[in-house]
Amino acid sequence: MTATEPGRVGDFATDFDHTDPAWVHDPYPIWEDLRGRCPVAHTDRYGGAWLPVTHEGVAAVAYDTEHFTSRSVVISNVKPGPLDLPAPIGLAPPITSDPPFHAMARRLLLPAFSPKAIAALEPMTRQLCRDLLDATEGRDELDAATDYAQHIPLKVIIGMLGFPQEDADIFRRFIHMVLESVNATAEERLAQIENGEIDAYINAQIDDHLAHPRDDLTSFLLSAELDGAKLAPEHVRGTMVLLMIAGIDTTWSAIGSSIWHLGLHPEDRRRLAGEPELLPTAMEEFLRAYAPVTMARMVAKDVELEGRTLHEGDWLLLPFPAANRDPAVFPDADRVVIDRADNRHAAFGLGIHRCLGSNLARMELRVALSEWMARYPEFEVSDPDAVTWSAGQVRGPRRIPIRILR
Amino acid sequence: MQVHVDRERCQGHSRCYDLAPEIFDVDDLGNAFELGDGTVPPELHDKARLAQTNCPEHAIEIRED
Ligand code: HEM
Ligand code: SF4
Repeated sequence: MTATEPGRVGDFATDFDHTDPAWVHDPYPIWEDLRGRCPVAHTDRYGGAWLPVTHEGVAAVAYDTEHFTSRSVVISNVKPGPLDLPAPIGLAPPITSDPPFHAMARRLLLPAFSPKAIAALEPMTRQLCRDLLDATEGRDELDAATDYAQHIPLKVIIGMLGFPQEDADIFRRFIHMVLESVNATAEERLAQIENGEIDAYINAQIDDHLAHPRDDLTSFLLSAELDGAKLAPEHVRGTMVLLMIAGIDTTWSAIGSSIWHLGLHPEDRRRLAGEPELLPTAMEEFLRAYAPVTMARMVAKDVELEGRTLHEGDWLLLPFPAANRDPAVFPDADRVVIDRADNRHAAFGLGIHRCLGSNLARMELRVALSEWMARYPEFEVSDPDAVTWSAGQVRGPRRIPIRILR
Repeated sequence: MQVHVDRERCQGHSRCYDLAPEIFDVDDLGNAFELGDGTVPPELHDKARLAQTNCPEHAIEIRED
């Protein structure tokens, strides 16, 4: 046996770390191994955390809002104590809120993200995908992450909020800062947000929308009421920031993973190019197999989970991507079957926190893939070893070198 | 065949409305309900079953007679 590097994980059952290079590179065999022998893993890292890996275990936690709180949904090195965060509201409602407050904060946003509201954004999304592809015309090599996938959710949310598209770079820089500062705690990151240039920028946009209301998400939020009162500008600003943090690198990851898969599996790519009506089913399969988002919870009250006793204040990593690979629920779970008909995957979560942006994310993914396939039906990943994956709770390819085949 | 959406379980994933808009609709909050009294004509039975086996929350009930 070779010695493990300092800090690196030896046994994921007793010492897991979701930022370990082995996990970042390929987490699926790790979860498969744990499913066979655990099935709830533990680590002393991060001040103590648990990890269910079966669909049953993940679902049990997602549905149990009595024993598990969403107060802190990103595991970091500084574990907040019971009184450090406002419960049941949390720092970024509704994602960090518990019942009963959660339902109110969520209800406020739901109409703007309903299937029918989102359908209206499809033409704009299609056009911006085409513009991005136009910019790559004539090249034989491109990067599907940085030339394409990365820009789509950012531009869509800026369009939804009614901000000028020329300002996309301000947000790109901001999101990079928030998401790549991995050593900072969630609270530190939010503090950075509170002080940054982004605040001044958003405030100016809010003032402009107050003076000139229009038909966009910013005006919608400014006119929305919670408990009979208009939202405070800080609440509106906080919601915008949450939507950007929750909606951009997640969707970018889903688009990127799908193109990456197609670029490595010519049989799937050819089939999808020939049968575009398969896209809605194929896309759900990509969401299942390469689900980008792992959440976290804190134990609110001592509770049993699949034979382990979890104590109040413990952290728990909630890997929806592992639930999606559980062979007890998905036959041939590790195989990507682009016409898989029965697919109850949990990529957008389960229970009351079901991704608020799921209709938007699905529309973006469908449009992004259909436009890509229409333009570049023949392509491959030119250098599979050059593909890099993000570390942390959102998993997606950050570099996808593509060769267009002509 | 009769379908029914359990509104307590439904969390608005909208899979049913995507797959079978002839049978399901969604309200302004994105939560689903069956159209009319939920009776499904024979030519839509497969679609109704597909919606059921794609609902992550197990919120769709089907009664086959
Ligand atoms: C493929 C892309 C996406 C994936 C895989 C994804 C995944 C998830 C998951 C798993 C949750 C559940 C959180 C939990 O249980 O604690 C969630 C919640 C949430 N997502 Fe997404 N998401 C995506 C895109 C988006 C987009 C585009 C937006 C909005 C612009 C968004 C906004 C939210 C919000 C606000 C919540 C919190 C909902 C609540 O707590 O009630 N997401 N997302
Ligand atoms: S698929 Fe299930 S959870 Fe989603 S809207 Fe339909 S009934 Fe509700």
